[in-house]
Amino acid sequence: MSQSATSRPVYRSPFDLPREEYLAPGHSLCAGCVAGMIVRHLLKVAGPNTIVVTATGCVEVSTTLYPYTSWRIPWIHVAFENAASVASGIEAAIKVLQRKGVIDPNKRINVIALAGDGGTYDIGFQALSGLLERGHKVLYVLYDNEAYMNTGIQRSGGTPLFAWTTTTPVGKVWKGKWQQKKPIAEIVAAHRIPYVATANPAYFIDMVNKFRKGLEVDGPAFIHVIQPCPTGWRFDPRYSIKVAKLATETAMWINWEIENGEFRVTVPVPKRKHVKHYLRMQGRFRHLTDKEIEEIQRFIDREVEYINKRLGKEVIGPLVE
Amino acid sequence: MQGKQLPKWNEIPPGGAILEPGNSVKRPTGDWRTFRPIIDKEKCVRCLLCWVYCPDAAIKIIDEPYRTASGKEWKFSVEVDYTFCKGCGICVEECPVKAIEFVEEVK
Ligand SMILES: Cc1ncc(C[n+]2csc(CCOP(=O)(O)OP(=O)(O)O)c2C)c(N)n1
Ligand code: SF4
Ligand code: SF4
Ligand code: SF4
Ligand SMILES: [Mg+2]
Repeated sequence: MSQSATSRPVYRSPFDLPREEYLAPGHSLCAGCVAGMIVRHLLKVAGPNTIVVTATGCVEVSTTLYPYTSWRIPWIHVAFENAASVASGIEAAIKVLQRKGVIDPNKRINVIALAGDGGTYDIGFQALSGLLERGHKVLYVLYDNEAYMNTGIQRSGGTPLFAWTTTTPVGKVWKGKWQQKKPIAEIVAAHRIPYVATANPAYFIDMVNKFRKGLEVDGPAFIHVIQPCPTGWRFDPRYSIKVAKLATETAMWINWEIENGEFRVTVPVPKRKHVKHYLRMQGRFRHLTDKEIEEIQRFIDREVEYINKRLGKEVIGPLVE
Repeated sequence: MQGKQLPKWNEIPPGGAILEPGNSVKRPTGDWRTFRPIIDKEKCVRCLLCWVYCPDAAIKIIDEPYRTASGKEWKFSVEVDYTFCKGCGICVEECPVKAIEFVEEVK
Protein backbone atom coordinates (compact mmCIF):
# COMPACT_ATOMS: atom_id res chain seq x y z
CA MET A 1 0.00 0.00 0.00
CA SER A 2 1.03 3.59 -0.33
CA GLN A 3 3.23 5.09 2.32
CA SER A 4 3.40 8.80 2.95
CA ALA A 5 6.80 10.42 2.81
CA THR A 6 7.01 10.82 6.55
CA SER A 7 5.58 7.50 7.68
CA ARG A 8 8.87 5.92 8.69
CA PRO A 9 9.34 5.81 12.43
CA VAL A 10 12.34 7.28 14.21
CA TYR A 11 14.57 4.52 15.60
CA ARG A 12 15.54 4.96 19.23
CA SER A 13 16.76 1.52 20.32
CA PRO A 14 17.50 -1.92 18.85
CA PHE A 15 13.93 -2.88 19.76
CA ASP A 16 12.60 -0.42 17.16
CA LEU A 17 14.45 -2.18 14.34
CA PRO A 18 12.44 -4.55 12.14
CA ARG A 19 13.17 -8.21 12.83
CA GLU A 20 12.93 -9.14 9.15
CA GLU A 21 16.22 -9.97 7.47
CA TYR A 22 16.31 -9.07 3.78
CA LEU A 23 19.96 -10.04 3.42
CA ALA A 24 20.02 -13.79 3.91
CA PRO A 25 22.92 -15.45 5.67
CA GLY A 26 25.08 -17.80 3.66
CA HIS A 27 26.88 -14.90 1.97
CA SER A 28 30.64 -15.16 1.74
CA LEU A 29 31.79 -11.83 3.14
CA CYS A 30 34.79 -12.53 5.38
CA ALA A 31 34.03 -13.36 9.01
CA GLY A 32 33.53 -10.07 10.84
CA CYS A 33 33.07 -7.99 7.68
CA VAL A 34 31.06 -4.97 8.77
CA ALA A 35 29.59 -4.61 5.27
CA GLY A 36 27.20 -7.44 6.16
CA MET A 37 25.93 -5.56 9.19
CA ILE A 38 25.57 -2.29 7.29
CA VAL A 39 23.56 -3.87 4.46
CA ARG A 40 21.36 -5.83 6.90
CA HIS A 41 20.30 -2.59 8.55
CA LEU A 42 19.98 -0.65 5.32
CA LEU A 43 17.47 -3.27 4.12
CA LYS A 44 15.65 -3.40 7.46
CA VAL A 45 15.02 0.33 7.14
CA ALA A 46 14.14 0.19 3.44
CA GLY A 47 11.82 -2.81 3.64
CA PRO A 48 10.61 -5.12 0.87
CA ASN A 49 9.52 -2.47 -1.68
CA THR A 50 13.10 -1.81 -2.61
CA ILE A 51 15.37 -2.32 -5.60
CA VAL A 52 19.09 -2.37 -4.92
CA VAL A 53 21.79 -1.77 -7.51
CA THR A 54 25.23 -2.86 -6.44
CA ALA A 55 28.51 -1.96 -8.08
CA THR A 56 31.14 -4.64 -8.45
CA GLY A 57 32.99 -5.19 -5.21
CA CYS A 58 33.04 -7.32 -2.08
CA VAL A 59 29.33 -6.92 -1.33
CA GLU A 60 28.30 -7.80 -4.87
CA VAL A 61 30.62 -10.75 -5.27
CA SER A 62 30.01 -12.22 -1.81
CA THR A 63 26.23 -11.98 -1.87
CA THR A 64 25.69 -13.44 -5.33
CA LEU A 65 27.87 -16.47 -5.80
CA TYR A 66 26.02 -17.96 -8.76
CA PRO A 67 23.58 -19.73 -8.59
CA TYR A 68 22.98 -18.38 -5.09
CA THR A 69 21.87 -14.99 -3.88
CA SER A 70 21.55 -13.51 -0.40
CA TRP A 71 19.11 -10.84 -1.56
CA ARG A 72 15.48 -11.28 -0.59
CA ILE A 73 14.48 -8.16 -2.52
CA PRO A 74 15.00 -7.30 -6.21
CA TRP A 75 18.68 -6.69 -6.85
CA ILE A 76 20.80 -6.00 -9.89
CA HIS A 77 24.48 -5.78 -10.72
CA VAL A 78 25.67 -4.46 -14.05
CA ALA A 79 29.25 -3.23 -13.82
CA PHE A 80 31.82 -1.65 -11.54
CA GLU A 81 31.49 1.95 -12.69
CA ASN A 82 27.78 2.43 -13.32
CA ALA A 83 25.70 1.67 -10.22
CA ALA A 84 24.52 5.29 -10.20
CA SER A 85 23.51 5.16 -13.89
CA VAL A 86 21.63 1.88 -13.48
CA ALA A 87 19.83 3.27 -10.42
CA SER A 88 18.98 6.45 -12.36
CA GLY A 89 17.46 4.36 -15.14
CA ILE A 90 15.42 2.28 -12.74
CA GLU A 91 14.08 5.35 -10.99
CA ALA A 92 13.17 6.99 -14.32
CA ALA A 93 11.48 3.79 -15.53
CA ILE A 94 9.39 3.51 -12.35
CA LYS A 95 8.26 7.12 -12.83
CA VAL A 96 7.13 6.43 -16.40
CA LEU A 97 5.41 3.17 -15.49
CA GLN A 98 3.58 4.91 -12.67
CA ARG A 99 2.53 7.77 -14.96
CA LYS A 100 1.18 5.22 -17.44
CA GLY A 101 -0.61 3.37 -14.69
CA VAL A 102 1.32 0.14 -15.20
CA ILE A 103 2.49 0.37 -11.59
CA ASP A 104 0.25 1.79 -8.86
CA PRO A 105 1.23 5.48 -8.82
CA ASN A 106 0.90 5.56 -5.03
CA LYS A 107 3.24 2.66 -4.45
CA ARG A 108 6.51 3.77 -2.98
CA ILE A 109 9.49 1.91 -4.39
CA ASN A 110 12.89 2.67 -2.92
CA VAL A 111 15.83 2.71 -5.30
CA ILE A 112 19.18 2.25 -3.62
CA ALA A 113 22.62 2.29 -5.20
CA LEU A 114 25.29 0.58 -3.14
CA ALA A 115 28.97 0.82 -3.97
CA GLY A 116 32.40 0.62 -2.43
CA ASP A 117 35.03 3.32 -2.28
CA GLY A 118 36.66 2.24 -5.55
CA GLY A 119 33.24 2.23 -7.18
CA THR A 120 32.43 5.71 -5.83
CA TYR A 121 35.50 7.91 -5.32
CA ASP A 122 37.19 6.67 -8.47
CA ILE A 123 35.63 4.72 -11.31
CA GLY A 124 31.96 5.40 -10.52
CA PHE A 125 32.35 9.09 -9.77
CA GLN A 126 31.17 10.39 -13.13
CA ALA A 127 28.02 8.27 -13.00
CA LEU A 128 27.37 9.44 -9.43
CA SER A 129 27.82 13.10 -10.27
CA GLY A 130 25.40 12.68 -13.19
CA LEU A 131 22.77 11.10 -10.94
CA LEU A 132 23.10 13.96 -8.45
CA GLU A 133 22.91 16.62 -11.14
CA ARG A 134 19.86 15.08 -12.80
CA GLY A 135 18.19 14.84 -9.40
CA HIS A 136 17.01 11.23 -9.38
CA LYS A 137 15.27 10.09 -6.23
CA VAL A 138 17.89 7.51 -5.34
CA LEU A 139 19.62 6.74 -2.06
CA TYR A 140 23.29 6.18 -2.79
CA VAL A 141 25.16 4.35 -0.04
CA LEU A 142 28.93 4.27 -0.13
CA TYR A 143 30.42 1.55 2.08
CA ASP A 144 33.96 2.70 2.54
CA ASN A 145 36.57 0.06 3.38
CA GLU A 146 39.25 2.41 2.08
CA ALA A 147 40.67 0.20 -0.70
CA TYR A 148 39.73 -2.07 -3.59
CA MET A 149 39.24 -5.05 -1.30
CA ASN A 150 37.57 -7.50 -3.62
CA THR A 151 40.57 -7.57 -5.94
CA GLY A 152 43.13 -7.78 -3.17
CA ILE A 153 43.58 -4.46 -1.32
CA GLN A 154 44.63 -1.85 -3.90
CA ARG A 155 44.61 1.82 -2.93
CA SER A 156 41.67 4.05 -3.87
CA GLY A 157 40.85 7.73 -3.56
CA GLY A 158 39.38 6.75 -0.19
CA THR A 159 42.53 5.14 1.22
CA PRO A 160 43.83 7.31 4.08
CA LEU A 161 47.29 8.86 4.35
CA PHE A 162 50.14 6.40 5.09
CA ALA A 163 47.92 3.30 4.89
CA TRP A 164 49.57 0.20 3.50
CA THR A 165 47.86 -1.42 0.52
CA THR A 166 49.33 -3.75 -2.11
CA THR A 167 49.77 -0.77 -4.45
CA THR A 168 51.05 1.59 -1.73
CA PRO A 169 53.64 -0.74 -0.22
CA VAL A 170 55.90 -0.17 2.72
CA GLY A 171 59.63 -0.33 2.00
CA LYS A 172 62.70 1.88 1.81
CA VAL A 173 61.08 4.52 -0.37
CA TRP A 174 57.33 4.07 0.05
CA LYS A 175 55.68 4.28 3.46
CA GLY A 176 52.11 3.53 2.44
CA LYS A 177 49.84 5.98 0.63
CA TRP A 178 51.27 9.42 -0.07
CA GLN A 179 47.99 11.27 -0.35
CA GLN A 180 45.07 12.15 1.89
CA LYS A 181 41.59 10.67 1.60
CA LYS A 182 39.44 12.55 -0.89
CA PRO A 183 36.58 14.39 0.92
CA ILE A 184 33.95 12.59 -1.12
CA ALA A 185 30.90 13.45 0.99
CA GLU A 186 31.77 17.15 0.79
CA ILE A 187 32.23 16.87 -2.95
CA VAL A 188 28.79 15.26 -3.16
CA ALA A 189 27.37 17.99 -0.90
CA ALA A 190 28.68 20.57 -3.37
CA HIS A 191 26.02 19.22 -5.77
CA ARG A 192 23.45 20.79 -3.39
CA ILE A 193 21.31 17.66 -3.07
CA PRO A 194 18.67 17.42 -0.30
CA TYR A 195 20.50 14.98 1.97
CA VAL A 196 24.14 14.06 2.57
CA ALA A 197 25.45 12.24 5.62
CA THR A 198 28.38 10.31 7.02
CA ALA A 199 27.69 7.37 9.31
CA ASN A 200 29.42 4.79 11.43
CA PRO A 201 27.94 1.32 12.06
CA ALA A 202 29.22 1.36 15.65
CA TYR A 203 26.68 4.18 16.17
CA PHE A 204 23.94 2.18 14.54
CA ILE A 205 20.98 4.20 15.79
CA ASP A 206 22.46 7.28 14.15
CA MET A 207 23.16 5.22 11.01
CA VAL A 208 19.67 3.74 10.61
CA ASN A 209 17.99 7.11 11.14
CA LYS A 210 20.19 8.49 8.37
CA PHE A 211 19.11 5.65 6.10
CA ARG A 212 15.52 6.55 6.99
CA LYS A 213 16.01 10.22 6.13
CA GLY A 214 17.86 9.34 2.94
CA LEU A 215 14.89 7.28 1.77
CA GLU A 216 12.40 10.00 2.67
CA VAL A 217 13.82 13.01 0.88
CA ASP A 218 12.48 13.97 -2.50
CA GLY A 219 15.63 13.74 -4.57
CA PRO A 220 19.09 12.23 -4.33
CA ALA A 221 20.53 11.28 -0.98
CA PHE A 222 24.08 10.17 -0.28
CA ILE A 223 25.27 8.35 2.83
CA HIS A 224 28.94 7.64 3.34
CA VAL A 225 29.47 4.78 5.79
CA ILE A 226 32.81 3.75 7.23
CA GLN A 227 33.24 -0.02 6.94
CA PRO A 228 36.08 -1.66 8.85
CA CYS A 229 37.55 -4.55 6.84
CA PRO A 230 39.45 -7.00 9.04
CA THR A 231 41.11 -8.61 6.01
CA GLY A 232 42.42 -5.47 4.36
CA TRP A 233 42.99 -3.36 7.47
CA ARG A 234 44.77 -6.26 9.13
CA PHE A 235 43.09 -6.78 12.50
CA ASP A 236 41.32 -9.62 14.32
CA PRO A 237 37.69 -9.64 13.10
CA ARG A 238 36.31 -9.60 16.63
CA TYR A 239 37.47 -5.96 16.90
CA SER A 240 35.54 -4.73 13.85
CA ILE A 241 33.10 -2.65 15.88
CA LYS A 242 35.80 -1.50 18.33
CA VAL A 243 37.82 -0.19 15.40
CA ALA A 244 34.73 1.56 13.99
CA LYS A 245 34.02 3.17 17.36
CA LEU A 246 37.61 4.36 17.74
CA ALA A 247 37.40 6.04 14.34
CA THR A 248 34.76 8.37 15.78
CA GLU A 249 36.26 8.65 19.26
CA THR A 250 39.50 9.91 17.67
CA ALA A 251 37.58 12.14 15.19
CA MET A 252 39.17 10.32 12.29
CA TRP A 253 35.55 9.76 11.31
CA ILE A 254 33.03 12.49 12.14
CA ASN A 255 29.33 11.70 11.82
CA TRP A 256 27.51 14.62 10.28
CA GLU A 257 24.59 15.37 7.99
CA ILE A 258 23.46 18.14 5.70
CA GLU A 259 19.70 18.24 5.50
CA ASN A 260 18.35 20.81 3.06
CA GLY A 261 21.48 22.88 3.44
CA GLU A 262 21.70 22.71 7.22
CA PHE A 263 24.91 21.18 8.52
CA ARG A 264 25.04 19.36 11.85
CA VAL A 265 27.25 16.90 13.67
CA THR A 266 24.99 14.08 14.84
CA VAL A 267 27.48 12.33 17.12
CA PRO A 268 29.29 14.97 19.22
CA VAL A 269 32.58 13.87 20.78
CA PRO A 270 33.13 15.98 23.91
CA LYS A 271 36.51 14.39 24.70
CA ARG A 272 38.67 13.19 21.88
CA LYS A 273 41.14 10.29 21.88
CA HIS A 274 44.54 10.47 20.20
CA VAL A 275 44.57 8.95 16.69
CA LYS A 276 47.23 6.45 17.80
CA HIS A 277 44.51 4.41 19.54
CA TYR A 278 42.78 3.88 16.20
CA LEU A 279 45.93 3.46 14.11
CA ARG A 280 47.72 1.05 16.43
CA MET A 281 44.88 -1.47 16.22
CA GLN A 282 45.44 -2.00 12.52
CA GLY A 283 48.22 -3.80 10.70
CA ARG A 284 47.92 -1.48 7.69
CA PHE A 285 49.39 1.28 9.90
CA ARG A 286 51.92 -0.90 11.70
CA HIS A 287 54.90 0.73 9.98
CA LEU A 288 54.02 4.23 11.18
CA THR A 289 56.63 6.10 13.18
CA ASP A 290 55.60 8.40 16.04
CA LYS A 291 56.38 11.31 13.74
CA GLU A 292 53.97 10.05 11.09
CA ILE A 293 51.28 9.44 13.69
CA GLU A 294 51.74 13.04 14.87
CA GLU A 295 51.37 14.22 11.29
CA ILE A 296 48.02 12.42 11.07
CA GLN A 297 47.04 13.86 14.47
CA ARG A 298 47.78 17.39 13.29
CA PHE A 299 45.70 16.83 10.17
CA ILE A 300 42.78 15.60 12.31
CA ASP A 301 43.19 18.57 14.67
CA ARG A 302 42.76 20.88 11.69
CA GLU A 303 39.70 18.95 10.49
CA VAL A 304 38.13 19.22 13.95
CA GLU A 305 38.85 22.94 14.06
CA TYR A 306 37.23 23.34 10.65
CA ILE A 307 34.09 21.45 11.73
CA ASN A 308 33.78 23.38 14.99
CA LYS A 309 34.25 26.70 13.18
CA ARG A 310 31.66 25.75 10.62
CA LEU A 311 29.15 25.12 13.41
CA GLY A 312 30.22 28.08 15.55
CA LYS A 313 30.47 25.85 18.62
CA GLU A 314 32.62 23.05 19.97
CA VAL A 315 30.98 19.75 19.01
CA ILE A 316 34.25 17.83 18.83
CA GLY A 317 36.21 18.46 21.98
CA PRO A 318 39.91 18.60 22.89
CA LEU A 319 42.34 15.68 22.93
CA VAL A 320 42.30 14.02 26.33
CA GLU A 321 44.00 10.65 26.02
CA MET B 1 24.36 -27.61 -5.59
CA GLN B 2 26.29 -30.41 -4.00
CA GLY B 3 26.18 -33.51 -6.17
CA LYS B 4 24.06 -31.69 -8.74
CA GLN B 5 25.08 -30.61 -12.20
CA LEU B 6 25.32 -26.91 -12.88
CA PRO B 7 22.66 -25.67 -15.32
CA LYS B 8 23.58 -25.75 -19.02
CA TRP B 9 24.04 -22.40 -20.79
CA ASN B 10 20.56 -22.59 -22.33
CA GLU B 11 18.99 -23.37 -18.96
CA ILE B 12 20.32 -20.21 -17.31
CA PRO B 13 17.63 -17.48 -17.09
CA PRO B 14 18.31 -14.40 -19.27
CA GLY B 15 20.69 -11.94 -17.64
CA GLY B 16 21.99 -14.63 -15.33
CA ALA B 17 19.05 -13.93 -13.03
CA ILE B 18 18.74 -15.94 -9.84
CA LEU B 19 15.04 -16.60 -9.41
CA GLU B 20 14.99 -17.85 -5.84
CA PRO B 21 15.41 -14.93 -3.38
CA GLY B 22 17.78 -15.57 -0.51
CA ASN B 23 18.77 -19.07 -1.59
CA SER B 24 22.25 -18.57 -0.12
CA VAL B 25 20.75 -20.16 3.00
CA LYS B 26 21.37 -23.44 1.18
CA ARG B 27 25.04 -22.70 1.42
CA PRO B 28 25.69 -22.56 5.15
CA THR B 29 28.81 -20.84 6.44
CA GLY B 30 28.92 -22.41 9.91
CA ASP B 31 31.83 -24.62 8.86
CA TRP B 32 34.05 -21.52 8.57
CA ARG B 33 34.13 -21.28 12.35
CA THR B 34 37.25 -21.97 14.38
CA PHE B 35 35.81 -20.47 17.57
CA ARG B 36 32.25 -20.92 18.80
CA PRO B 37 30.32 -18.15 20.62
CA ILE B 38 28.17 -19.56 23.43
CA ILE B 39 25.54 -17.32 25.01
CA ASP B 40 24.88 -17.67 28.72
CA LYS B 41 21.12 -17.07 29.02
CA GLU B 42 21.52 -16.51 32.75
CA LYS B 43 23.95 -13.61 32.32
CA CYS B 44 22.39 -12.14 29.17
CA VAL B 45 20.51 -8.86 29.76
CA ARG B 46 18.62 -9.07 26.42
CA CYS B 47 20.08 -5.82 25.07
CA LEU B 48 20.12 -7.15 21.46
CA LEU B 49 23.54 -5.68 20.69
CA CYS B 50 24.83 -9.05 19.47
CA TRP B 51 21.81 -9.28 17.15
CA VAL B 52 22.47 -5.76 15.87
CA TYR B 53 26.17 -6.18 15.18
CA CYS B 54 26.29 -9.70 13.73
CA PRO B 55 27.22 -9.33 10.04
CA ASP B 56 25.72 -12.73 9.23
CA ALA B 57 22.26 -12.52 10.81
CA ALA B 58 23.38 -15.47 12.92
CA ILE B 59 21.84 -14.29 16.17
CA LYS B 60 18.22 -15.33 16.47
CA ILE B 61 15.60 -13.79 18.73
CA ILE B 62 13.56 -16.57 20.32
CA ASP B 63 10.18 -15.48 21.65
CA GLU B 64 9.96 -17.87 24.56
CA PRO B 65 9.75 -16.92 28.21
CA TYR B 66 12.87 -17.64 30.24
CA ARG B 67 13.26 -17.61 34.00
CA THR B 68 16.75 -17.19 35.40
CA ALA B 69 17.99 -19.05 38.49
CA SER B 70 17.59 -15.81 40.47
CA GLY B 71 13.94 -15.55 39.37
CA LYS B 72 14.18 -12.88 36.68
CA GLU B 73 11.58 -13.38 33.93
CA TRP B 74 12.48 -12.64 30.32
CA LYS B 75 10.00 -12.64 27.43
CA PHE B 76 12.61 -13.66 24.88
CA SER B 77 16.16 -14.91 24.50
CA VAL B 78 18.90 -14.69 21.89
CA GLU B 79 20.55 -17.75 20.39
CA VAL B 80 23.41 -18.27 17.98
CA ASP B 81 22.49 -19.89 14.68
CA TYR B 82 25.47 -22.21 14.28
CA THR B 83 24.42 -23.06 10.71
CA PHE B 84 25.63 -19.62 9.64
CA CYS B 85 27.80 -18.20 12.45
CA LYS B 86 31.32 -17.71 11.05
CA GLY B 87 32.82 -17.28 14.50
CA CYS B 88 34.05 -13.73 13.94
CA GLY B 89 33.74 -12.90 17.63
CA ILE B 90 32.11 -9.48 17.22
CA CYS B 91 29.20 -10.52 19.48
CA VAL B 92 31.68 -11.79 22.08
CA GLU B 93 33.53 -8.48 22.03
CA GLU B 94 30.44 -6.25 22.00
CA CYS B 95 28.32 -7.99 24.62
CA PRO B 96 28.19 -5.39 27.43
CA VAL B 97 27.92 -7.99 30.22
CA LYS B 98 30.35 -10.58 28.82
CA ALA B 99 27.58 -13.16 28.51
CA ILE B 100 29.13 -14.77 25.43
CA GLU B 101 31.95 -17.24 25.78
CA PHE B 102 34.27 -17.95 22.84
CA VAL B 103 35.38 -21.55 22.77
CA GLU B 104 37.72 -23.19 20.29
CA GLU B 105 36.03 -25.69 18.00
CA VAL B 106 37.56 -29.11 18.33
CA LYS B 107 36.77 -32.14 16.23
C1 LIG C 1 35.79 -1.80 -15.29
C2 LIG C 1 36.30 -2.73 -14.25
N1 LIG C 1 37.57 -2.60 -13.82
C3 LIG C 1 38.04 -3.43 -12.88
C4 LIG C 1 37.25 -4.42 -12.36
C5 LIG C 1 37.80 -5.35 -11.31
N2 LIG C 1 37.28 -5.06 -9.99
C6 LIG C 1 36.22 -5.73 -9.49
S1 LIG C 1 35.81 -5.27 -7.94
C7 LIG C 1 37.10 -4.20 -7.88
C8 LIG C 1 37.39 -3.43 -6.62
C9 LIG C 1 36.22 -2.91 -5.91
O1 LIG C 1 36.63 -2.00 -4.94
P1 LIG C 1 35.59 -1.18 -4.13
O2 LIG C 1 34.68 -0.45 -5.01
O3 LIG C 1 36.32 -0.37 -3.12
O4 LIG C 1 34.71 -2.32 -3.40
P2 LIG C 1 35.23 -3.40 -2.32
O5 LIG C 1 35.65 -4.61 -3.09
O6 LIG C 1 36.34 -2.81 -1.55
O7 LIG C 1 34.04 -3.69 -1.50
C10 LIG C 1 37.82 -4.19 -9.09
C11 LIG C 1 39.03 -3.39 -9.36
C12 LIG C 1 35.93 -4.53 -12.83
N3 LIG C 1 35.08 -5.44 -12.35
N4 LIG C 1 35.48 -3.67 -13.78
S1 SF4 D 1 37.94 -8.19 2.12
FE1 SF4 D 1 37.17 -6.77 3.65
S2 SF4 D 1 35.38 -5.75 2.73
FE2 SF4 D 1 35.83 -7.60 1.53
S3 SF4 D 1 34.53 -9.20 2.42
FE3 SF4 D 1 36.53 -9.34 3.43
S4 SF4 D 1 36.34 -8.05 5.26
FE4 SF4 D 1 34.64 -7.52 3.89
S1 SF4 E 1 30.60 -14.87 16.16
FE1 SF4 E 1 30.20 -13.37 14.54
S2 SF4 E 1 28.98 -14.53 13.04
FE2 SF4 E 1 28.90 -15.68 14.96
S3 SF4 E 1 27.04 -14.93 15.96
FE3 SF4 E 1 28.77 -13.74 16.77
S4 SF4 E 1 28.79 -11.90 15.49
FE4 SF4 E 1 27.55 -13.44 14.39
S1 SF4 F 1 24.87 -8.68 23.63
FE1 SF4 F 1 25.05 -10.02 25.44
S2 SF4 F 1 23.53 -9.24 26.88
FE2 SF4 F 1 23.04 -8.34 24.90
S3 SF4 F 1 21.50 -9.73 24.05
FE3 SF4 F 1 23.51 -10.40 23.29
S4 SF4 F 1 24.20 -11.96 24.75
FE4 SF4 F 1 22.53 -10.83 25.71
MG1 LIG G 1 36.60 -0.81 -1.10
